Amino acid sequence: MHILLLDALLKGPATERAPSPDEAAVADLARALGTRARARLGRSLAIREVDAGSCNACELEIHALGNPVYDVERFGLKFVASPRHADVLLVTGAVSWNMREGLERTYAATPDPKWVVAAGDCAAGCGVYSESHACAGAVAKIVPVDLVIPGCPPTPTDLLKGLLALVEGATRSPR
Amino acid sequence: MITLNERGADTDPVALADAIRAALQVRADGFARIEADTALWIGLARGCAAGWQDLGALWIDDHHVRMALWDARENCRAIVSLTLKAGAYPSVGLHHAPALRLERAMRDLYGAIPEGIPDERRWLDHGVWPGREHEPGYHFLAVDGNGLHQIPVGPVHAGIIEPGHFRFTANGETVARLEARLGYVHKGVEALAQGAPVEKAARLAARMSGDSTVAYSFAFSHAVEAALGWDVPPRGQILRGVMAELERLSHHVGDVGGICNDAAVAALLARCSLIREDILRTQDALFGHRMMMDAVVPGGVVRDIDASGAAAILALLERIETGFHRVIRAYDQSPSLQNRTHGTGIAEPDFIRQFAAGGFVGRAGGRAFDARRAFAYPPYNAVAFKVPTREESDVDARIWIRIEEIAESAAIIRQLLGRLEDGPIRAAPPPFQPGAGAALVEAFRGDLFVAVRIEDEGRIAHMHARDASWFQWPLLETAIKGNIVADFPLCNKSFNCSYSGVDL
Ligand code: SF4
Repeated sequence: MHILLLDALLKGPATERAPSPDEAAVADLARALGTRARARLGRSLAIREVDAGSCNACELEIHALGNPVYDVERFGLKFVASPRHADVLLVTGAVSWNMREGLERTYAATPDPKWVVAAGDCAAGCGVYSESHACAGAVAKIVPVDLVIPGCPPTPTDLLKGLLALVEGATRSPR
Repeated sequence: MITLNERGADTDPVALADAIRAALQVRADGFARIEADTALWIGLARGCAAGWQDLGALWIDDHHVRMALWDARENCRAIVSLTLKAGAYPSVGLHHAPALRLERAMRDLYGAIPEGIPDERRWLDHGVWPGREHEPGYHFLAVDGNGLHQIPVGPVHAGIIEPGHFRFTANGETVARLEARLGYVHKGVEALAQGAPVEKAARLAARMSGDSTVAYSFAFSHAVEAALGWDVPPRGQILRGVMAELERLSHHVGDVGGICNDAAVAALLARCSLIREDILRTQDALFGHRMMMDAVVPGGVVRDIDASGAAAILALLERIETGFHRVIRAYDQSPSLQNRTHGTGIAEPDFIRQFAAGGFVGRAGGRAFDARRAFAYPPYNAVAFKVPTREESDVDARIWIRIEEIAESAAIIRQLLGRLEDGPIRAAPPPFQPGAGAALVEAFRGDLFVAVRIEDEGRIAHMHARDASWFQWPLLETAIKGNIVADFPLCNKSFNCSYSGVDL
């Protein structure tokens, strides 16, 4: 392990500069959630990820958010193990009927105030499975959605921009 | 198509090999097509149980139940079809356990009844499909004994991971039994593909299991090309191989990091995820998508690389090797880490053979099967590489197989890039005509099989895909037995089975 330590000391950090949040989304979100959010949240969000019928590529990119290049925790964004600890549900997938109850119960288990982010084209309702008899389609058909991050899968940068918009939107005053 | 009938339940491997060889000449995809009668069907199911050949897939299509079989030693492969009688057929799972979940899934999707199946429970159907609702409930197999308790986990897990339900029966810390229930991400892929034009089905195939997107596109394309007699130009073949190996590299590196993280060594995850990010960015720059989704298509590939692209890949390989070398040394020199991986999660070699488990799960337990070698398809028919195997079959052995395969993949990519001659990367489609094709390719987690049937105007009449995970999930259940509950994440990650790929 000492090899890695030395290596880390000699090289600079791998972390990239932050992208700026998606401005349009910030404005929308500030309007939608400003007052109910500000008092409660501060500038950090605990995120519970829920796969509600994805192909697993969205999960891989969400995982990548944690790597040293994106280092999502430096923004106060933290993935948590239980919906009971979460402010945000980050939902992927075309909500298979077999996962609908799982999603509903996870939503119910998340304390207020809470936000739902639908990540990926499937979650947005326009992915390859949208016409399937085995899927409900968009996440918004099952639980209320505050923000949609499109992409198949969305890149870590897309995800980061969206999540930063959520932090900003939730903490900035509504206009 | 040949018909076999006279032979009964005593069908032996030599007879199978002869029959297949006789039929081989007529098929472009290397699979013999055999129409079976009931006796032959049962004989072949018993033959699988006896280890004469491997069961590769089992699916329902066009009022037939079909089973893919292969025998790597005899270099033969076949797709055996049996006509359903009143919607039923003799159960293969009755004789050969690996068929059980496949048969349960097919009954849920197509209503085909496997007569005599010893496990009547539904698999994909959880009782909530609109118009088909029934009492949900699911009976896990009973476990009796003093001091046993159950731990239900999932479908929503604690990590960023696909959904599934795991029912642990434990005695204190020690797992007495694990039973998995899957199907939560069933998305109806086969039904969606039905009637779809080839391009749309290709997009679906690329999303069967997102982590194996290149491998699925590769297999789907091969199957379609075999069905239509569509030749892929050499440059397209080589680029496919480069992409497939890059995909293998990215996941092997990522998983080694993930396993170490589950043993509480986060520094190695950070290292590996940096290397992985480097690979994804190179893929994005060269092939237009971080995971190369939709980059491999029937007829070839969609993007070419120039000399600077090839140089970028070679430079990437060097960075991977330097970075990963440090990871290997750190892994090798950390007793606390090795303590968690050695002797943990041993998959029984007997089960590995019975289930014909592929990929690193099989190879870590002595089964040397690799579709790139066993039934070499372009471009692997012209590259040299080793198929590493180990005997220990534990988490550590699965890690070492990944480590060795990373070196092999790098060597394969270098050979392929060295053979990259000028030319087109994709061929125009031949006139569409009805046909059927199948393909077996090696994804990062093991062999994956795709069969397609095409009808007029290039529409898909049927598409079936069988992920390596079908035959690895049951082994995970046995591998955790006798381990402590806390070692489950390690075992699970070292298998890294796909949920999406088996939930279809
Ligand atoms: S949006 Fe794309 S990557 Fe994400 S789950 Fe759907 S198909 Fe997979």
